[in-house]
Amino acid sequence: MTSIILLSVLGIINLFLGFLRSNKILLPAAMVILAVVFGANLYDWNAEPRAYFNNMLTIDRYSVAFTAIVVLTTLLLLPFSQKYVRDGEANLAEYYSLLLFSLVGAIMMVSYDNLLMLFVGIEILSVSMYVVAGSDKRNVRSNEAALKYFLMGSFATGILLFGIALVYGATGAFQLSQIGAGVVNPANASLTPMLYLGMLLMFIGISFKVSAAPFHYWTPDVYEGTPTFFTAFMSTVVKTAGFAAFFKLLVVAFGAAQSFWIPTIMAITVLTLLIGNVGAVAQTSVKRMLAYSSISHAGYLFIGLLALNGNLSGLSANGLFFYSLAYSVATIAAFGVLKLVTDQRQREDYDGLNGLARTNPLLAFVMTVAMLSLAGIPLTGGFFGKFFLFGAAIDKGYIGLVVFAVVMSMVSIYYYLRPVIAMYMRDGDGPTAEPIEVGPFQSFILVLLALLTVALGIMPGFLSNVL
Amino acid sequence: MLTAFLLFFPVAAALLLHFAKGNAARVMALGAALVEFAAAVFAAFSFQRDASTQFALNMPWVESAGIGFHIGMDGLSLVLVLLTCFLVPLIILASFRHDYRNASAFYALILFMQTGLIGVFVSLDAFLFYFFWEVALIPIYFLAGVWGSDRRVAVTFKFFLYTIIGSLFMLAAFVYLYFQTGLGGAARSSDISAFYALTLSSAEQAWLFWLIFIAFAVKMPLFPFHTWQPDTYTESPAPATMLLSGIMLKMGLYGCLRWLLPVVPRGVSQWDKTVMILAVIGVIYGAIIAIRQRDVKRLIAYSSLSHVGLMIAGIFSLTMMGLQGSVIQMLAHGVNVVGMFFVADIIQRRTGTRQIPELGGLTRHTPLLSVAFLVMLLSTVALPLTAGFVGEFLLLAGVYQYNMWLGAVAGVTIILSAVYLLRMFQRVMLGPDTAFTSAIRDLTGAELAVLVPLIALVFWIGLFPNTFMSISEPAILKILQQVNR
Repeated sequence: MTSIILLSVLGIINLFLGFLRSNKILLPAAMVILAVVFGANLYDWNAEPRAYFNNMLTIDRYSVAFTAIVVLTTLLLLPFSQKYVRDGEANLAEYYSLLLFSLVGAIMMVSYDNLLMLFVGIEILSVSMYVVAGSDKRNVRSNEAALKYFLMGSFATGILLFGIALVYGATGAFQLSQIGAGVVNPANASLTPMLYLGMLLMFIGISFKVSAAPFHYWTPDVYEGTPTFFTAFMSTVVKTAGFAAFFKLLVVAFGAAQSFWIPTIMAITVLTLLIGNVGAVAQTSVKRMLAYSSISHAGYLFIGLLALNGNLSGLSANGLFFYSLAYSVATIAAFGVLKLVTDQRQREDYDGLNGLARTNPLLAFVMTVAMLSLAGIPLTGGFFGKFFLFGAAIDKGYIGLVVFAVVMSMVSIYYYLRPVIAMYMRDGDGPTAEPIEVGPFQSFILVLLALLTVALGIMPGFLSNVL
Repeated sequence: MLTAFLLFFPVAAALLLHFAKGNAARVMALGAALVEFAAAVFAAFSFQRDASTQFALNMPWVESAGIGFHIGMDGLSLVLVLLTCFLVPLIILASFRHDYRNASAFYALILFMQTGLIGVFVSLDAFLFYFFWEVALIPIYFLAGVWGSDRRVAVTFKFFLYTIIGSLFMLAAFVYLYFQTGLGGAARSSDISAFYALTLSSAEQAWLFWLIFIAFAVKMPLFPFHTWQPDTYTESPAPATMLLSGIMLKMGLYGCLRWLLPVVPRGVSQWDKTVMILAVIGVIYGAIIAIRQRDVKRLIAYSSLSHVGLMIAGIFSLTMMGLQGSVIQMLAHGVNVVGMFFVADIIQRRTGTRQIPELGGLTRHTPLLSVAFLVMLLSTVALPLTAGFVGEFLLLAGVYQYNMWLGAVAGVTIILSAVYLLRMFQRVMLGPDTAFTSAIRDLTGAELAVLVPLIALVFWIGLFPNTFMSISEPAILKILQQVNR
């Protein structure tokens, strides 16, 4: 709870700091704010679960854990914000504040207890994203991204809202636990079709937000057009918060209706895995590849949803937490390196990475660790993320699905190795033979991200069973 | 603790190498590898020659999931750890004449690889084993892919995909077994003892066998999973080729002995004929292709394929002789193939070519090299008194016990390997000089320092095989008992 208040208040203060117009002050200020929020959030870890605002929000271990991921992700991402807009007149403070406010939305999504809060949280997050997608305002691609994201996102929001209304009609409640009771209440039997339609519409709305197939069409274009810094934010924070919210919704509200939603979610999972991985193979731009890769990771996270076991602390919840963390860390590292490279070389294809190992061994190393982690190869956190999620799914009997997911991750090795090959085994020429300029602080953060990924892969025991 | 030292010392040294530049890096790497070798020899001397697991360390790794950091060595592990620790310093020394770009990274990767290899040989937990199995792949991928020759990118990519996809099947089988240990309310465990204690139906074992075996079959490689091997061996830089052929393929053989035969014995009894036939096909196939090769390195690669086939056949004969033969042949093959690839590397460096038709008459200029080459070659052909003889003899005896006809066909390998190897020797070392081979230098001190220990070991194993066989015998006996339970 303190984290929401702190973020809101400090976000406004940060906005006022904008008159300084200097990244030298604004960036450290934003980072300090996030560090404070991170600490304040962890402070609630050992406290008893507490409900706020007439049971609108609950702060428990589940929400603290996922809040920690989104805040940490943002904190580690911020150092790459430099030069994210080509427009020198841009008011930097506004973008930092937008990020801080959008985090408020993300935190609401992981700690909501009432569908209204879910809706408000998603909207806070989404509206900020619509704005930052267009932040490179002289760039047509960025404008396209913002427009596309906004139009499609608005539809998805409408569908989600319609779903919430129908669920309310069927169960008479916005409160998750009351919906859960309403779903099993035999008196509501005649309203079941309405409930199911409501659930379905809600699933569509949230699936859109976490870019799951077949509601993923906006993802590659929006990710490509959006400035890389914000793309990284979208593919980590939005996704983590979205899945945490989805998981909570399925466990607490719709747990009793499993027979209905399991086939639906299963279909989404299979499609998402297939489209994400096969789509990524065909890409020539690294950024688009990462966009499809983020779709495929949504697919893996869906497996965690399928494997849920009736509470917020079992194998699947822990798997979801570990996977989100490992995925977020590796994704920021990948986008961080990509941003530094594309800023200087002005190209986003694989050849733009050529010879990076020669000119910038550190960047190449960090990118490699990130790619190996995303591919789920041992020694990195991504391996244990997949391991825990797949384990939870096998525990629930989804053997066929896991086999399919494993085959898909074999496919993913193909496209995750391509940047590695470009960096280490091909030589750059012309502009790609020049070293990339990297600030010392950015180097430090990149090393930290790589170490974190390896640490998750070597000592997963520390975080594998926290919930 | 000794096992943990053996496991982590190379990677710690690899991290320190980051601070070394140029020549200092390789000297440091060599020093670290020698320290490691000394530790391995110390382990061999303090090892009790029985079937127990010694120097064990068992700590929780992912405690909530019952996954342990369980390492230790029995006789089988020890023999392979000794082989690894013996070969790595020689491989490092063998690369001294090359100036590899970014040398500290190159040598760091070799040491990192050593940790992965030793980890595979000492892991006593299924997921830990899988972990190191993959850890060993990453450095060799970069060694081959970054420092290899022209076609390296496509070739190493194929190698990486092949092996990692193979091992994912193994992981799937391990996960299945891991969940089986939890049936009936027991706590799940991936410890090797829990896997050995499982009672699985024949039908389960039949498919589990292939899931596990594919990973090993790709690594060894068994015909028809071998297509990555000749290209990768040829395109990799010499040290990577030596690591791949000398040590890494033993990972697959060791995996069969430790994680396949005792875990799914009834699966083995259903499929052993298939594997035997494939292995013998590989023996003959590799040999026949080797006869046609014009590239020295490629010829040795196919020769290795042929010899590995015989080792696989020995393991699946499930006889004491076959298994012990495979252990001693793992040592002998490791020594032989590293020696042969090193000689091939020397020839290429001196003359600038590896093509057999372009070579000739080297003996007159390089008598010492010629002798070293001949010893390695004759050991590979399995001449008595050399290491290769003991191994091949036991292997063939084991295969013969299993099935007379298979033994007879596999026995042709000795004749065929004599054909292609002696022919190569004749055309490379003897005959008239060519434009490439006039006025080249004989072996230097550093090169002798590599070849002399290898030759010494060839004769040591040939004369006193019991030094090593007595170490592995109790462990092998225990594995056979587990298979026949």
